[in-house]
Amino acid sequence: MDGQQRIPILKVGRVLIVPIQVDMDDQTVMHLQERILSELERTGARGVLIDISLLEMVDSFIGRVLSDIAAMARIMDARTVVVGMQPAVAITLVELGLELRGVDTVLNVDEGIRLLRSEFGIDEDEEDAGLGGAGAFAEQVNRP
Amino acid sequence: MQSRSIALESEHDIAVARGEVRTLAAGIGFRIIDQTRLATVTSELARNVVKYAKRGRMIAQPLDAAQGRPGLRLIFEDTGPGIPDVGAAMRDGFSTGRGLGKGLPGSKRLVDVFEIESTVGVGTRVTIVRWL
Repeated sequence: MDGQQRIPILKVGRVLIVPIQVDMDDQTVMHLQERILSELERTGARGVLIDISLLEMVDSFIGRVLSDIAAMARIMDARTVVVGMQPAVAITLVELGLELRGVDTVLNVDEGIRLLRSEFGIDEDEEDAGLGGAGAFAEQVNRP
Repeated sequence: MQSRSIALESEHDIAVARGEVRTLAAGIGFRIIDQTRLATVTSELARNVVKYAKRGRMIAQPLDAAQGRPGLRLIFEDTGPGIPDVGAAMRDGFSTGRGLGKGLPGSKRLVDVFEIESTVGVGTRVTIVRWL
């Protein structure tokens, strides 16, 4: 398991979608940060949507990395949205005193896509048919 | 229920410990929000052990009504460098490492009992309890 957990990164239009579906150890978190940044560079994506709806805990380490990803992505001209935080996770984050500085959070993937499109003006690729069929059009950009 | 000891010797052990605590907490009957608080506080305190002392352990002690009140006690102990000024370490914004200085005071807010004993050069023991 150590460092071998694979979090998929999907490219849909000009957005990278990162569904986190497991509890990640620290190494996996750091590895994910590097992979997101290299995929931004490789694909020219303008948005990053990180789905944490299945994440059962965000501690100060993961919180800091989410903030770092948003800050680094912004320097690379991309915006980051974190979607789907569970209520218990939100309560715990606030009690812990964490702010997720610089990270936009919304309730679900739909809202996340809407935010990236409307607020940040990130449109789909010309060749992509649309975000509605994410499953069919997603390009899996995992590489070893 | 039996108490359990988990070695904290690598970053991966942090994830193991918080998973174990969540499972134990669910078994005791804690609500989701308390399971999340306990898993999060475990992550913070186990990381302190691995980061500052390199190795140590967590002891998880489920408490039942026969012992006074049902809940979960967690003890994090190491034989690391110790904390020179515990009072300062408990204030928001204080950090000696690369952390955000939220670790100890933030963790305290997530539990009902938070005790810290530390001797420089000997080690640190943090004991927390969340009542059911």
